[in-house]
Amino acid sequence: MRGIVTVLGKDSVGIIAKICTYMSERGVNVLDIAQTIVAGYFNMMMVVDLSGSSEPLASMVVGLETLGRDIGVVVRLQHEDIFNAMHRI
Amino acid sequence: MISIYEVQETIRMISEANLDVRTITMGISLLDCADNSPEAFCAKVYDKIVRKAEHLVRVGDDISREYGIPVVNKRVSVTPVAIAAAGCKCGDYVEIARTLDRAASTIGINFIGGFSALVQKGLTPEDGKLMDSIPPALALTERVCSSLNVASTRSGINVNAVNRAARIIKDTAALTSGRNSDGCTKFVVFCNAVDDNPFMAGAFHGVGEGDASINVGVSGPGVVKSALESVRGADFETLCETVKRTAFKITRVGQLVAQEAARRLHIPFGVIDLSLAPTPSIGDSVAEILQEMGLEQPGAPGTTAAIAILNDSVKKGGVMASSYVGGLSGAFIPVSEDHGMIEAVQAGALSLEKLEAMSCVCSVGLDMIAIPGDTPVDTISGIIMDEMAIGMINNKTTAVRIIPAAGKKIGDMAEFGGLMGASPVMEANKFSCADFVRRGGRIPAPIHSFRN
Repeated sequence: MRGIVTVLGKDSVGIIAKICTYMSERGVNVLDIAQTIVAGYFNMMMVVDLSGSSEPLASMVVGLETLGRDIGVVVRLQHEDIFNAMHRI
Repeated sequence: MISIYEVQETIRMISEANLDVRTITMGISLLDCADNSPEAFCAKVYDKIVRKAEHLVRVGDDISREYGIPVVNKRVSVTPVAIAAAGCKCGDYVEIARTLDRAASTIGINFIGGFSALVQKGLTPEDGKLMDSIPPALALTERVCSSLNVASTRSGINVNAVNRAARIIKDTAALTSGRNSDGCTKFVVFCNAVDDNPFMAGAFHGVGEGDASINVGVSGPGVVKSALESVRGADFETLCETVKRTAFKITRVGQLVAQEAARRLHIPFGVIDLSLAPTPSIGDSVAEILQEMGLEQPGAPGTTAAIAILNDSVKKGGVMASSYVGGLSGAFIPVSEDHGMIEAVQAGALSLEKLEAMSCVCSVGLDMIAIPGDTPVDTISGIIMDEMAIGMINNKTTAVRIIPAAGKKIGDMAEFGGLMGASPVMEANKFSCADFVRRGGRIPAPIHSFRN
C-alpha cells in the first residue's frame, strides 16, 4: 500500500528532514519526492511505501497534521488510490 | 506514477471546492423481522439495524481520514415499514418509528429512512395504519424519515393516496408548529420511487434488494462550478464536455469509497447515485453553477435548459466512472439547502412554477420549499398531483417535499436548522383546485406504460 504526502506552506529550513524523520521512525520508506517553490511557497509531494509501517494510516494522518502545524505548513497523507481513481482509468 | 499537478488538482477540489462524498447509506432488509407481536418485531428490528450497521460510522470516518475525502453523512435505509410490519397486530406504528429512532441514535447516524409505504395503486390496511402514524411519528422522533410512493408510470396516480399525503403534510405541520413545521422536512411524496436511493428523506430499502447493501451518494456542485469558471464564455460543446469530465472524476472517488466501505463492512456494494446535492454553504450550490453558466439568477429564462444540460452531462460523465449507477441520479434543487436558490426566491426570480418546470428535465422535484401555513390542503394535493403527473408521463422519479410553515406568510423565513437550512416562504397559486382533486379515485396509467 502506498500513500501520498503533500506539503504546502511557506518555505523554511528542515521541512523535508522533519517529515522524513517522522516517516523513518515508523518504518515508512520514501519512494519518490517532487517539489516546487513558487514565490517562497513550498509545494511538495512524496510517494511513500506504507507496507512496512508500524502505525495505522489513519493515526499517521493525524500525526502528520500535527507535525505540519508545529512547523507552519499543511501536511496531508492520503491513500494513493484516491488519486489513481480520479486520474487513471 | 501520479504527477504533482494531478495530486494538487484533487486536493484543490477537496479543500477549495467542497468535494465530498455526501452519504454512505446502508440499506437493511427488515423482512426477516416479521412477527405478530409488535414488541418482538421492534426488538428484532432494533437488533438487526444495530448489528448490521454497528461499524458504519467508524468505517465511514476511517475511509474519510485515510483517503483525505470528507464523508459527510452515514445513514441507514430500511424496508418500507408498512410491508415489514404488516404481520404486527397493533393499532399504529408510532412505536416502530421510535424503535428506528433509537437504533439510529445507538449507531450514531443522523437519519434513518424507510417509514414508508408503496401505495401507487391501492392501500392495504397496514399501509393505511402507517399513513395515519406518519404525523405523530415525525413529531415524536428526531431521525426518522418517511416517504410514500403514490404514483408510477406503470400504475398511474392514486389520487386518494395523494389526498391523504396532503393531509399528512398538514397534520405534520400542525404537530410540529412550534418548530416551523419542520416535521415536513422529513416526509417525501414520490412518483416512481427508487429502491436504492441513498439520499434522505426519501431513502428506503426496496423489496427487490438483498439483505443489505451499500449505496453511496456523491456530490460536488462546487467542483463543477469551479471547473466552469475556467471555460467562461465558451460554447455549449465545451461547457458540456467540462461538466462531463468533472463528473467523471467526482464519481470515480465515490466509486472508490463505495467499494472500500462495502469491503470493510462485508456488505455488497449497491449503486452510486450521481446527484449534485447542494448544502447551505457558499461554494456548494447548484444555483451558483447556473449563474456560472450565464444566468443572472436561477429562474431567469434559460434556467430549464441550463439545468437540463447540467443534469445530462453529469450523468454522461458519471456513468462511465462507476460499475453500477442508480438511486435518483438527478441534480437536486432544494430551495432551503442552497443559498443561491434562497437568494433567487428573495430576488423574485424563482417561483414554484419555474421549479416545477425544472423538475421536468432534471431533478427529483419540488424539494424543501416552504409555503404559507394556511395553504389549503386541496392546494397541496394539486401541487403533488402536478408533480406526480410529470413523473408518470416522463417515466422519471419526481417528488414533493413541501412545508406549509405554521404561522408564516409569503416572504417570511422558515428556519429548519442544520442540514435542512432555511427557506423563504413562497407563494402557492391562490386559485382553487378543490373540485378537481376531490374527485378521488385513480388516474389510469399512461398509454406509453404498455410496452409489452
